[in-house]
Formats: sequence, C-alpha cells, structure tokens
Amino acid sequence: MTGGATTDLTRLTASELSGLLAAREVSSVEVTRAHLDRIAAVDSGVHAFLHVSDAALAASASVDSARGDGDALGPLAGVPVAIKDVLCTHDMPSTAGSRMLEGWIPPYDATPVARMRAAGLIPLGKTNMDEFAMGSSTEHSAYGPTRNPWDLDRIPGGSGGGSAAAVAAFEAPLALGSDTGGSIRQPGAVTGTVGVKPTYGGVSRYGAIALASSLDQVGPVTRTVLDAALLHDVIGGHDPRDSTSLTDAWPSFAEAARTGALADSLRGVRVGVVKELDSPGFQAGVTQRFHEALELLTSAGAEIVEVSAPHFEYAVAAYYVILPAEASSNLAKFDSVRFGLRVTPPGGGTVEQVMSATREAGFGAEVKRRVILGTYALSAGYYDAYYGSAQKVRTLIQRDFASAFEQADVLVSPAAPTTAFRIGEKVDDPLAMYLNDVTTIPANLAGVPGMALPMGLAPEDGLPTGFQLMAPAREDARLYRIGATLERLLGERHGAILDQAPSLV
Amino acid sequence: MSEITTETVTHLAELARIALSEEEIATLTGQLGAIVDSVAKVSEVATPDVPATSHPIPLHNVVRPDVPGPTLTTEEALSGAPESDGTRFVVSAILGEEQ
Repeated sequence: MTGGATTDLTRLTASELSGLLAAREVSSVEVTRAHLDRIAAVDSGVHAFLHVSDAALAASASVDSARGDGDALGPLAGVPVAIKDVLCTHDMPSTAGSRMLEGWIPPYDATPVARMRAAGLIPLGKTNMDEFAMGSSTEHSAYGPTRNPWDLDRIPGGSGGGSAAAVAAFEAPLALGSDTGGSIRQPGAVTGTVGVKPTYGGVSRYGAIALASSLDQVGPVTRTVLDAALLHDVIGGHDPRDSTSLTDAWPSFAEAARTGALADSLRGVRVGVVKELDSPGFQAGVTQRFHEALELLTSAGAEIVEVSAPHFEYAVAAYYVILPAEASSNLAKFDSVRFGLRVTPPGGGTVEQVMSATREAGFGAEVKRRVILGTYALSAGYYDAYYGSAQKVRTLIQRDFASAFEQADVLVSPAAPTTAFRIGEKVDDPLAMYLNDVTTIPANLAGVPGMALPMGLAPEDGLPTGFQLMAPAREDARLYRIGATLERLLGERHGAILDQAPSLV
Repeated sequence: MSEITTETVTHLAELARIALSEEEIATLTGQLGAIVDSVAKVSEVATPDVPATSHPIPLHNVVRPDVPGPTLTTEEALSGAPESDGTRFVVSAILGEEQ
C-alpha cells in the first residue's frame, strides 16, 4: 500500500491508517483533511453530522508534531473519529438530537471521548441521532433525518444512524455509538458496517446523556471487526466516575480480532442459532444471507446447534416498559433551570409552568410518547403490573441466555429483521418502529455483548444485511475472535460490501 | 383494551411536566392505548416465584476513597444555564399567587 496522493485515504481502514501513520508515510493532517473534504463533499446529502469540528486540523497537527518528537503514541493516534451527539464534548455542542439542548456545550468530556483524545484520536464532529436515542431510524432527530448512504431515500437505522452512515459513507473510519436496545447494531446491519455493544459496564457511561441507565452502553461503530476492537481497546475499562463500570481487567480486543482473522478453522466452536430470532416473519433476503453465513461457519468447522430462548418473545414488551420508565426519570433533568432550553409561557408563570412549557417546546413527539408511557408505567397502581413484571421478564431472559450459553459458545441471529426501510414508512407507527429491535433488545436486557457485521446484500433489494453474534457477559473478546473469522469467510464470499455502495459524488 | 383515556393522558402530562396541546393529548391517547395493550403481555410470564432484575450486572457497595477530586467551577456549572446571576441559577417564582 502506498500513501500520498495516489491513495484515497478515506477508503482505508483505521488499522491501515494506523500503519501508514506509524511509518510516517502519511500525516494525521493529511488523513484528517481527506475526511473533512469527504464530509464537505457528501454530507449535504447524507446528513450524518450535526456539527463538524473546527479543531480537528489543529488536533491532528499536534499529533503529527508529537510523533515527530518521537513520543510514544497509541495505535490509533492521528486517526479521525466521529462522535455520536449523545456523548458530551467540551469543545462541541452536545444535543442528543434534541432542541432541548440546541447549542449546549458541556463543561466536560464523556470518559470515552476523553480516552480517545488522550490516545491521540482526532474528533471530526458530532453525529446525528434519534432524539435522546429514542428510535430506530434517526427520523426522530430534531435536526432532520440522516440518510442511508446505500439509498438516500432510506433510513440508516437508529438511534445511531449518523455514526453508521458516517463510516459507511467514508466520512470517518471510526465512530462512537451508544446502544440501549440496538442503536449501534441495527444501524450497522442496515448500512453494511460493524457495530459492537460491549458487555454492560465494559465502557464508561460517564458523560453519555442517559436514556435508560440499566441498558445504555457506549461502543464502536466501524467498517471492520479489527477497527472496532482497536477502538474498544481505547474506550473500555474501569472508570470510577461510573458506579456501574466493571472493574475487570480486559484482554486486548485487537489481539483477539487478529487471532480470529488468522484462524484457519472454527473447529470446536459451538454456534447457537436462537430459534426465536430466526423468524419466518423476517425479510426473505435477510434469512437467506443468515443461513448462508451459517453454512460458511459449518464449512469452517464450527458446530451449529439450535437453542431455544422461550422468553425472548417477551423482550420487546419488557423493554418498552423498562426503557420509558428509566427515560422518564432521566429526562426529568431537562427542567429549564441548569442547562438547555427555557420557554416562558405568555404572561410569565411559576417555575413549574415554565418547566412544562419548556418540555412541551423542547421535546419531540417520540420523546413525549415515551416519557408519558414511563410515567404511566411507574404510577401507583400500575407499577407492579408493568414495571415489576418487566423486571421479572428480564430475569427470565437472563436465564434463557444462561441456559443457551451452556450449549453454545456464541449465539447468533440476523442483526435486524429487514434491510433499510424508506424514510417516512414507519415514523407514524410507533409499534411497527419498535419491532425493528426485536433481535437486538435481548442482549441489552441481559447485559451481554453483541456485534453486528455485514453478511451480504439482500438479493431482492440489493441492500445490506447484518449478522449478529452474542457472547456471555465479559466475553467480548470471543465476539472479536469469532467475528473476525466470520468476517474473513464472508469477505471471501462477497468481497468488500461497501465497495458496492454508491459513490455519492 | 387498556384504560388509557384523555383524562389519564392529561394527568400523566401534568405529572411529567409537559404542557401537551389538546391535539397531542388526543393522538397520544390512541397511541398509548395500543402500546400499553402490547406491553401488557409482560404480566403473562411474571409469576410470583420469579425474582425481579433491575440491573444486568449488579455491583454492590460501590465506594471510593473520601478524597476531593476535580469539580466544576461555578462559572463552568453555570455555563449552560438559561439564566444566572453569575453565582446562582435564576428561576421564576416557585409558588403561584394562589399558593
């Protein structure tokens, strides 16, 4: 591979860029400028970004200068990254896709952001998302939808559609997302990219604007399994500022991905197909590509076993009780006093009336829907029937996972039931929208890690489909190892999926 | 069918401090009814013998040494406030005239 003018730097993976930067064949300024140019060229159509950093070139120059001084730098130093707008950044607005926080610049960085800066990554900007991460299409952003780079009339998934679209459109090699019920994995599936939801507590939530605290996890959004592992290595690990942060010592995920990519077989690996997530109701091309991927795994020596998770059919219902309940509490902080919007009713009013007018003006329809639903689920007389029952379902789903993982090392399913649907198709039908996350929600309820990676294009519409791998809690390395092997097998079959996407210019 | 009425939604909106319009209340009443009917299926399997799970990976007694660390300055804490006097957040009256 050669650097310089002959190579389009935006087409390289983060791992390839890392090699060129370390060898000083390219500078971080060149890499960063190439991505800023790409953003300028395509983002008016894609709308992946809500804000593009004006400090990226300066940051990249300072990494170049540190490298010139011979400083010891991490593998991703000088590599640009896009940041989902749910994460606080002290130098860029952090709106979580809401009018409520329009223009708000937090006084601190989220821990994953701070760790990326310390490792020399270059923040390119903030990516679009469904408001407060509520949605599966990015249509609920107060700033307009992001468009799928495969077809600008289609959704890029959500809530992290901006991050997935940014990496799929080669506007950034890496992005950060957050996954509460699938917001990293489902956008990965429908854009032909890789997304990982780490084990709950594996990455700090400090500075991530909370949606549902017992479900939220920050994770990597990339084009390859190795790139996801490299980014996970930077952002993960214990953070005393998050009381749910695990104190485990984590292995190198990049090492796991490299081992997996080189593995010549999957002999001895038991792959559990979750019967309830291999549904006849899914799009035919998704099911077809999923079964072809299973054949690839079998031909590589893996043992495929069918496992049953009988309570997964209750997962979406439990999720849409627990999430609104937690969200209604978390969003109480948007009270017009300490940050964000303030709207005073005509003629003035008490602080409570100002608060109500502010929340009426500042929240979009989906946020209001979920806050009201959560308020209902937590109200006296309904608490046991809804929230209490949903928490019991959560136990049953954890038990299903425990029993499935006795029979299999990893569990697999399609990462999303369909390919990308058209913008506007489901936006007025909340229940239909909620079903987009049927395959991803169980992992959040149980706290186990999950990965989505591209498994080919659906024959009927030529759009990307995603394969989901899940591992037991704390076994994220297993996802990277087996995921990298499967990625190589799929690559031999289908080539690089994103090479088939429209050029956009 | 659920018991979500416009009165329920009006009451919930007051509790949630969102000044919904009449139109929003009407739309939400129908939508919430459908959602509540759909999520009510959680009670089918939530038998008394099943314990509740609130956190996927529970940690207990998370404490840290009682040592002051870096905190926000007053200026930083007030930097995003809609209104402040430089040392405090400014809000409108807490109590209405009738209170």
